[in-house]
Amino acid sequence: MNASVLASLAKPQYVALGLVLLINWLLFPNFFDIRIQDGRLFGSIIDVFNRGAPVAILAVGMTAVIATKGVDLSVGAVMAVAGAAAATLVQAGHPLGVVLAAALGIGLLCGLWNGFLVAVLDLQPIIATLILMVAGRGIAQLITEGFIVTFTDPALIFVGTGSVLGLPMPVIIALVLTVAATLVMRRTALGLFIEAIGVNRSASSYAGLRSKLLLIGVYAFCGLCASIAGLIAAADIRGADANNAGLWLELDAILAVVVGGTSLLGGRFSIPLSVLGAIIIQAMNTGILVSGFPPEFNLIVKAGVIILILVVQSPLATRLWGFFSSESRNKAEKRS
Amino acid sequence: MNPRLWPLLATITIFAIAYAICVWHFPNLWSTRVLGNFLTDNAFLGIVAVGMTFVILSGGIDLSVGSVIALTTVLLAVLISRMGVHPVAAFVIVLVVATLFGSAMGAMIHFLEVPAFIVTLAGMFLARGAASVLTQDSIPIDHEFYSFISSLTYKMPGGGRLSFIGVLMVLVFVVGIIVAHRTRFGSYVYALGGNAVSAGLVGVPAARTTISIYALSSFLAALSGIVFSFYTKAGYPLAAVGVELDAIAAVVIGGTLLTGGYGFMLGTFVGVMIQGLIQMYIIFDGTLSSWWTKIVIGALLFLFIVLQRVLVFASKRRWRGWKAQQA
Repeated sequence: MNASVLASLAKPQYVALGLVLLINWLLFPNFFDIRIQDGRLFGSIIDVFNRGAPVAILAVGMTAVIATKGVDLSVGAVMAVAGAAAATLVQAGHPLGVVLAAALGIGLLCGLWNGFLVAVLDLQPIIATLILMVAGRGIAQLITEGFIVTFTDPALIFVGTGSVLGLPMPVIIALVLTVAATLVMRRTALGLFIEAIGVNRSASSYAGLRSKLLLIGVYAFCGLCASIAGLIAAADIRGADANNAGLWLELDAILAVVVGGTSLLGGRFSIPLSVLGAIIIQAMNTGILVSGFPPEFNLIVKAGVIILILVVQSPLATRLWGFFSSESRNKAEKRS
Repeated sequence: MNPRLWPLLATITIFAIAYAICVWHFPNLWSTRVLGNFLTDNAFLGIVAVGMTFVILSGGIDLSVGSVIALTTVLLAVLISRMGVHPVAAFVIVLVVATLFGSAMGAMIHFLEVPAFIVTLAGMFLARGAASVLTQDSIPIDHEFYSFISSLTYKMPGGGRLSFIGVLMVLVFVVGIIVAHRTRFGSYVYALGGNAVSAGLVGVPAARTTISIYALSSFLAALSGIVFSFYTKAGYPLAAVGVELDAIAAVVIGGTLLTGGYGFMLGTFVGVMIQGLIQMYIIFDGTLSSWWTKIVIGALLFLFIVLQRVLVFASKRRWRGWKAQQA
């Protein structure tokens, strides 16, 4: 095995995931047990993937947005809107095709709105998406008229709880989306364009990039991802809860992207690593839950993770690191 | 007339028109009773919004205030009901704890050179988590001092009651206005928000100011938490979820520029009052649902952000025109 492969295996994300899984395994020796029941796989590790899927899907879209030096705070609210639309339409007896198209279309529309505010009106992304974050839950409640709309349509429920080839449907969707998005970003120049905008938007405009169009596209894609996650969340509980669907998931998605090593200051990004970040977070969640700590304990662990990443990634740490390494180099030179 | 005053005037005009419409629909809104309740009900949001105004004026953001309120109520409940500490001593303890918490966040923002957004996000998780670890349930606070404070009201002509916490909110705003517009610290905050690099070059102590700003925001969040515990007479780890958004909305509707460096404390007060007015209208109407609050606040946010955008654009063009004339 050559050194570059070893170096890529030693990425902190892999080490972190390995550590979290190891701790889970030490606490619960049967953590990795997988059994097949009714033609699908069951087990804690499958559960981690299944529960982590919505955040992973959000993280795919969020990665693209953060790579452009933006952030999308509205994804949780868009999830609620898409879920509310799907549940209301399916209750009214519309066929599944219409329901899915409408839910995804609404997500796309929300994303276009955010993109319009950021690219055309030139608003700060935090502020632009804050508008939909506040108003979105109101719109979702308007759609459901304040009730939790439940549904029994088996086809829609399949999106959240069904399984294909033994794997839960959310995992399949997240996997397909991740692979597709990574291929489009890395096999075409799109990924490079997005990174260029994130590093310097005006420079990339002067270089001939249609930065406005690209920005709108990126936010629309993020909205689309949010609506997919919203469909899964609604199908999972067989109902649309305008108040709680996707609540605070925007923060989890941002955290997943940050854990995945994409800088909040834009530029270089990696979609697979963000998805890995989502899985790390979910593995921690599951570990905390099964070890009997209250679920709120999660919050403290998450805060600890953020602070750790910030300290490691900070310019100060880089400078200190550079200082020490140059110091030791100087000493070595003096000795010789 | 100075175009810098436009956003503030726009806010005040919108409030006046909205209040006139409300009074026209429900003549009972025109009374000191409603005014008294108005101040009391919005006291905790107002206090937290003063801190948020300083943070946003400096070009930052503080997402942790809602969680700090929750942590404050839980700490108070644990100290008073479980450990038998006198409320006044408990108040001092929570204010000190929160100030240290805010200073730590400010120090991270300054020394690690990371966006305020992500540091205060960690703070939000940390405070909410700490509150939940202390207790899962609501702990009641039952102390004669609480009843004494609640009984402190001034009866205005017309039967309205001016409560202690309502007056406290107005006082915090008055102090906030003086600090923001009449002290050295205030001008440091504006300078940092206008342009951090030039502020540093003209000798604004960036580290001290940043740490003080976030310490102040958390201090006011804790004060708001104390006020919040007067309403609920309990400590609950899930209290005040989303208050940070209401506070940010109040600041923006009040005409403060989100990029920092420009705004008025008085605008924030009117912003808080506009939010309170929307809620009061919905309560008086009785047929409208509470979700309209969120939609209307979202629409107002949009309106004011676009207005700010237009003003910044217009002032830049005027500046260019002036330079062209000189040349």
